[in-house]
Amino acid sequence: MSVEVTGVSRWYGNVVAVNDVTMSLGAGVTGLLGPNGAGKTTLLHMMAGFLPPSRGTLTVDGESTWRNPAVYRKLGLVSERESVHAYLSAEEFVLVSAKLHGLPDPAAATARALDLVEMAQFKDRRIGTYSKGMRQRTRVAAALVHEPDVLLLDEPFNGMDPRQRMHMMDLLNRLGQDGRTILFSSHILEEVEQLSGIVQVMVSGRLAASGDYRTIRRLMTNRPHVFAVQSTDDRRLAVALMHQPSVNGVDLTREGLTVRAGDYGSFTRALPRIALKEGIRVRRLLPSDESLESVFSYLVEA
Amino acid sequence: MSTVAWITTRGLLGRRRFLLLLPLPILMVGIALIPRFNGINASDWTQPVIVALGFTTLLPIVALIVGTGVLGAEIDDGTITHILSKPLARWRIVVPKLLVAIGVTAATAAVPFYIVGALASGPRLGLGLIVGSTVGAVLYSTIFVALSLISRRPVLLGLVYVIVWEGLLSNLVSGTRVLSVQQYALTIADKASSSPLLSGNVSFTVAVVMSIVVAVGFLALAIRRLESFSVTGETS
Repeated sequence: MSVEVTGVSRWYGNVVAVNDVTMSLGAGVTGLLGPNGAGKTTLLHMMAGFLPPSRGTLTVDGESTWRNPAVYRKLGLVSERESVHAYLSAEEFVLVSAKLHGLPDPAAATARALDLVEMAQFKDRRIGTYSKGMRQRTRVAAALVHEPDVLLLDEPFNGMDPRQRMHMMDLLNRLGQDGRTILFSSHILEEVEQLSGIVQVMVSGRLAASGDYRTIRRLMTNRPHVFAVQSTDDRRLAVALMHQPSVNGVDLTREGLTVRAGDYGSFTRALPRIALKEGIRVRRLLPSDESLESVFSYLVEA
Repeated sequence: MSTVAWITTRGLLGRRRFLLLLPLPILMVGIALIPRFNGINASDWTQPVIVALGFTTLLPIVALIVGTGVLGAEIDDGTITHILSKPLARWRIVVPKLLVAIGVTAATAAVPFYIVGALASGPRLGLGLIVGSTVGAVLYSTIFVALSLISRRPVLLGLVYVIVWEGLLSNLVSGTRVLSVQQYALTIADKASSSPLLSGNVSFTVAVVMSIVVAVGFLALAIRRLESFSVTGETS
């Protein structure tokens, strides 16, 4: 089962949200990454048949998704907006989904879906009382109840703690291994650490990069970086740092040091070692260009 | 189909705005009680209570609250995506939601209309008013459900329609009476009760034909709008 996106653009008046994107998704997990406003949600909505493309075509298993409710037999969607009927229990919520899908045995399908996301033991509580991660898992269960071949998730990790995130990623990886086509979006690269699969990077409406996650991850850890450092002896630390191959330059300012490192990973590993050897205490270490846009545009240039 | 109706009913009764339905019926009955037990002639007070308060205010306002609640509220808070992402023909979403809206509106209106009719001249007028207000409930609900799919501000638009078109123009300008839901409802109530206290301003045939046209037209419009409904602007 594949999702084909061919030459898709979407604009709102003068604003281009998605610009000539072509991608093909097959079985397994794919991450759609990009900063906020890159057009990820717009693209997902078009895939889910919630929005017509201004140009281009989107198909799931060869069928167009716009104005075609029948496609939802094969497609599941977990939207970003956390809109649930808070007065329902998880079981009722998933059961409603199963019934709306017209499944032959909605109760059994509900039990199976709740088991899959490990929510079976909490199924009788009202959704309003759940933690963020539990609500998200309940929504995934509702989207999976009809065992779709394609599952789209918009920012499923948003607001989750690391443990919940790992849990969700495990679930997605498991679903991908079962041969389903899973696409999720995220604006935080660090969120997708345990992802085993392909990533598609979107920046300002365009598909900027795509490939294996490990490659992107390596580019990310090795990217040049600026740090603000304060220590007990800035001047001596500056001298020691200049001996490091990973350091490209050091500025001595009144507030401390501004260090330009060529490589995020080896600099952050080297700094404590140097400080220890020189007997200098580091009071403060701040990465200063941590904006997502800079990370993504670096990835795009690389 | 019953699942859509069930979740809609739960959503409607679960929201606090449901309480907004209570004051108007209580007010209508309360206002009718005062002249009734002070020996004032029924023909002197039925017109303002039944027409001005009942057909022009209570019925459209209740229908507005309920009609925009069954679909508009879900569009507002995003829960609509749950129902939209199901393999259901869109009429199978619109029709049950509309039936819930009609049922709740008609039931909320029937009680005060019947009581006021019975107080004024007896059960015959009460039953006639139930018929008329139910027709009004069907028409107003269909209009407001369709409005929820046409505009992002259905409540505001609905209020303008109720106040300006139904409240003002259809009473002042005779030409707009033919295009006024309250006139159809009033005429049909008049016919059903054959009470001298009510007088319709359009002919019965016009009222029936136009009611069907309005109901079918707005239902078709609502279904069409939902078929090509775009979910927009969720990200910041």
